[in-house]
Amino acid sequence: MTRSLNGESILKGLVQARIEFVVALPDIVTCDELLWPIARRQPFRLVNVCKEDEGVSICAGMSYAEKRALLLIQHTGFLDSINAIRVMGMDYQLPIVMMIGLQGLEKQRAPIQSEQNGVRIIEPILKTMEIPYHVLSRNADAVVIPEAIDEAYTASHPLVFLIPGFGDDT
Amino acid sequence: MTMKRDQALRMLSQHYPDGIVVPVYQSAFDWMGIRPHPLNYLCTGAMGQGSSHALGLALACPEEPVVVLDGDGSLLMNLGSLVTIADQSPRNLKHFVCQNGIYEVNGEFPIPGKNSIDFAAMAVAAGYEEAYTFAEIDAFSRALPKILATPGPIMIALQVEAGETFPRDYPAIHSAQTRAAFKAALAARCIG
Repeated sequence: MTRSLNGESILKGLVQARIEFVVALPDIVTCDELLWPIARRQPFRLVNVCKEDEGVSICAGMSYAEKRALLLIQHTGFLDSINAIRVMGMDYQLPIVMMIGLQGLEKQRAPIQSEQNGVRIIEPILKTMEIPYHVLSRNADAVVIPEAIDEAYTASHPLVFLIPGFGDDT
Repeated sequence: MTMKRDQALRMLSQHYPDGIVVPVYQSAFDWMGIRPHPLNYLCTGAMGQGSSHALGLALACPEEPVVVLDGDGSLLMNLGSLVTIADQSPRNLKHFVCQNGIYEVNGEFPIPGKNSIDFAAMAVAAGYEEAYTFAEIDAFSRALPKILATPGPIMIALQVEAGETFPRDYPAIHSAQTRAAFKAALAARCIG
């Protein structure tokens, strides 16, 4: 798998999608390219959380007020938050939009081919939970962000973007 | 000394008749009976998450007061939220905790630390603006108007025991109709 992704292409998509709040817990995959720039620039308001399931619920509360939020976390935090995501996303069908760094994914491998079991099980879990997702491996992949987020909020359902890593690792 | 939970909630409803409230578990069932209102946010779903839902609402609607009626067992599951709330410092958030020392709807088994835990001290240590503990209804009644008028975040720990209890209407708190009613009421209140 070729990686030629930079944070700017994702940030551009988030701005176009009218994301106002970014609720986050730092992840080594996304920290330099996304979290630090988000912390430093408008129009995002950053909400640092102590644990990822807090973030699921914060995004849920915001969704009732028609405020768009992104939950920026690591795949381990997603796994730790499954129950909150199950209720808010599957049972209540709220637009919980998550961007998940796949820490430990080997270069040039798809997530499902990873030797890291925590990474390898993410896509099967998302499919089981019937949560739509996109793998953002290249800048060209990021063009889906605005439309996917619009659709998640319009139809009211959860959404995941998986981030294998940044840079050009070909 | 403790006070009856329904007494405390009735007192709150007198002074806070129509604002946003995020009640959890037995407090939610009692609150539904004491103050039925579309701005009751009943769908917190996962145990422990009430304070985080309330923070989301408070940040999204900064001009609207938000009250969370937490439980002691619930808050123990999400103590980090005290730090997150203090860090964001929403002036419109009041964090009540009904402290009865048990997991009331889960078999009435004691919570860990039931004889020693001090939520008000935890909140202050986390960075809340103010924190109080009340074990007597008269003292709570005297202090409540000023607490509600003071910018938050403020923690109010209520040492309670069950008084009049209300039916545990789980279908209502998980219903799509309840969520739709809340969203419509919130839109009328704070959107556009």
